[in-house]
Amino acid sequence: MGYCPNTPDEIREMLAVIGAGSIEELFAPIPAELRAKSFDLPPGMSEFELMRIMREKAAAGGAEIVPFIGCGIYDHIIPAAVDHLSSRAEFYTAYTPYQPECSQGTLQALFEYQSAICRLTGMEASNASLYDGGTAVAEAALMSLRITERNRVILDASVNPLHREIVTGYLHGLSAEAVEVAPDGCSSDLKSLIDSIDEETAAVIVQNPNFFGSVQDFSELASKAHEKGALLIVSSYPIALGLVASPGETGADIAVGDGQSLGNALSFGGPYFGFIATRKRFIRNLPGRIVGETIDNQGRRGYVLTLQAREQHIKRHKATSNICSNQSLCALRGLIFCASLGRKGFEELAVLNYDKAQYAKSCLTSLKGVTLMNTGTTFNEFTLSLPMDAAPVVEKLLASGVAAGVPLGQYYPGLDEALVVTVTEKRSRAEIDRLAALLEEALCS
Amino acid sequence: MQLIFEKSVPGRSGVRVPLSDVPKASPFPDALRRKEPVLLPEVSELDLVRHYTSLSRRNFSVDTNFYPLGSCTMKYNTKVTENAGGLFAGCHPVLPLLPGGERLVQGPLSLIHGLEQQLAEITGMDEVTTQPLAGAHGEMTGIMVISAYHKARGDQKRKYVIVPDSSHGTNPASAAMAGYEIVTIPTAPYGDMDLDQFKNAMNDEVAAVMMTCPNTLGLFNPHIAEICDIAHQAGALTYYDGANLNAILGKVRPGDVGFDVIHVNLHKTFGTPHGGGGPGSGPVGVKKGLIPYLPTPRVQRTEDGSFVVEAHPEGIGRVSDFFGNFAIMARAYAYITLLGREGLIEVSEHAVLNANYIMARLKDEYELPFEQTCMHECVFSASRQLKEGVHAIDIAKYLIDRGFHPPTVYFPLNVKEAIMIEPTETESKQTMDLFIDVMLEAARLARENPEALHQAPVTTPVGRLDETRAARAQQVCCE
Repeated sequence: MGYCPNTPDEIREMLAVIGAGSIEELFAPIPAELRAKSFDLPPGMSEFELMRIMREKAAAGGAEIVPFIGCGIYDHIIPAAVDHLSSRAEFYTAYTPYQPECSQGTLQALFEYQSAICRLTGMEASNASLYDGGTAVAEAALMSLRITERNRVILDASVNPLHREIVTGYLHGLSAEAVEVAPDGCSSDLKSLIDSIDEETAAVIVQNPNFFGSVQDFSELASKAHEKGALLIVSSYPIALGLVASPGETGADIAVGDGQSLGNALSFGGPYFGFIATRKRFIRNLPGRIVGETIDNQGRRGYVLTLQAREQHIKRHKATSNICSNQSLCALRGLIFCASLGRKGFEELAVLNYDKAQYAKSCLTSLKGVTLMNTGTTFNEFTLSLPMDAAPVVEKLLASGVAAGVPLGQYYPGLDEALVVTVTEKRSRAEIDRLAALLEEALCS
Repeated sequence: MQLIFEKSVPGRSGVRVPLSDVPKASPFPDALRRKEPVLLPEVSELDLVRHYTSLSRRNFSVDTNFYPLGSCTMKYNTKVTENAGGLFAGCHPVLPLLPGGERLVQGPLSLIHGLEQQLAEITGMDEVTTQPLAGAHGEMTGIMVISAYHKARGDQKRKYVIVPDSSHGTNPASAAMAGYEIVTIPTAPYGDMDLDQFKNAMNDEVAAVMMTCPNTLGLFNPHIAEICDIAHQAGALTYYDGANLNAILGKVRPGDVGFDVIHVNLHKTFGTPHGGGGPGSGPVGVKKGLIPYLPTPRVQRTEDGSFVVEAHPEGIGRVSDFFGNFAIMARAYAYITLLGREGLIEVSEHAVLNANYIMARLKDEYELPFEQTCMHECVFSASRQLKEGVHAIDIAKYLIDRGFHPPTVYFPLNVKEAIMIEPTETESKQTMDLFIDVMLEAARLARENPEALHQAPVTTPVGRLDETRAARAQQVCCE
């Protein structure tokens, strides 16, 4: 059942050409004492039996729960064309485009992807994608160390806690550190961030909208960082970029984020893609693959992997990063998603997210004892303060099939009563009303 | 071909955004609003479908062409595993992080646990984490685990990682990302890391040795256990790059041989699609003593048989946002379950048979730098053809015209004009014979009409592309 096509006759012919008596003889270079001590796996099965098992597992996957949760991963519409086009086998069963003449499909798509990311983020150069949002923030931090030749990054603690953990881990082995600056309520503490910048600061890392859902203007932070020779890294939620000022407009040097919400399914954690874009002068410090435009021997336009001299397969341990892949297929989905909606649709989608969240905000804050913790503008997430511990409330609503939000206690000690609620365009008014009713009931009982 | 941006017509639209069923909110404040709209393409859905369908037709892929790209293991991606992977599209990864959320996602959690157990048995390791998102990410995770192990023992002086010069470039790059200095050991004339030079390099400042076996020359190193012993005696740990695992399923388990840490490329050995360069997935397995340092969180099975997500306090922290590239893991789990014990053994046997068949049939025309039984890939040198002015790249481009994706060329770096061929187990003798015929034809052309090879490819939408110009112009997005 190994999808091996050769018949016993053909195997004999091949062995005769090789000059071996059996397939086992080909394993002779492996000394007997190194042979596997165990290989205890069940026998194989048919497609039908396999799918029965897989469907059982998928059925117990929580897909029926109505999610008002985010944490960087969002339940958005996926146009049907995204699934259909990205499922074309010529895209999904290809490999890294090492031979550009027979991989123009992948290469041009990635060039278009890079163009879409530059336009979303207001930057000048994008790579062909990274693993996910968290590793993208970490790679941006490493990139800032290389550019500035400094060894400290300032990490706004209103950046996604999962992402901060990855940044800290990535920096741990190097002689570099991440210093966290606590937020002021649900907003970044701009004054403290600015005061923390010194001669050793490679970059300040912020997220907009931040983990509490607050949207802020970071332009002053950008100029203060630049005055001291530090960079500004802004992590963005790409759907919000239909409405919120782009990292480029803010003055950021590196823009990153998780591209999942651009046409990639929730899929219990992946695959997604991370994006990273920067100013053209920093292009040689971008980690990972980059596709560039060129011409062929007859002057026709074409695309190749470029600036590979920075990469691991040439530079080995001196490379800008160890990354030798990207999330090409996920990036392709992101591109097709962007092109499906287009200029107008993308903005409409962002506005719809904003409007729905504002509606939910007004419903939920009208409940007795529930208050809004964000003092300023939010996009499609906001933080509520409940009159009791949020964790048991969330647990209770889960039993009714609604994931009411993410309780903050486990990430921010002392914020046990805080709840981050996410509302995407997929949440109907009826679902929002039901959330409000269930929450009211849970708080009263 | 035009870019999708060049097909844009102002005012044209594609997919419709859902209508709002809530009151219009007061406008988003101007001060925080973006000044420039996002200049995305304005195309109809049919424009979009034709554009990306046309682009797809400008690609070679496993489903359309033989793709013997050495070290990348481009085997057929079974269709049922594709279906299986898509079943989990609606499962939100934050659910198990909510209070009481684990019980709602027992299916995916059991799959993660099940895959970890399958991979532990296949590799001979004690525990596996699925968190790393690609092979190189797994390497970095593995080296971070090794670093945490040494630090926890108060063994601070280890600052070197040893790699052979034939290794994948990611090995030294990953070790450097984890803060180590690299010591490179040359390959001996017998095709493996020079044993004497390795012994000389080994001391109590070495944290780890990174190897793959079979190595990137397609050869199994018979001294591998001795190398592990020497490393262990010096207090170093051994890291196995699992890129070549397809050759040894059921035959050798790196854990039995003496390796302490391994990463597995699910997209290579376990048949998940490569996607034009990703997503991959790079689970990491470790021996018992290293379990405490695995990344957080861990999926554990409780006494009542249910699955929980637990923090892993001594571990190296989180290396990715959630549990790894789950839909890829689901495909690999399905692949292993579908094939089972005998099916997986058959995979390796046929991968090795096919590679040796190609090697045997081409070795009269192409130089074999290391002539011995190979594993799942064989490495030739185009050194004979070079005498006629024909480079490996010329042969590669000729293959494209004949409908074959070229093998890997110029890798491994320690073979001049390297051509690395990996047919995989899923190719038939007929397909390989056609490929072999074209390779033999290329060798003949190199002697008789080398210019014909320099012109190739001529059947593709573009001819040979100017890579130097691309690097100089740095045009990486459309204006």
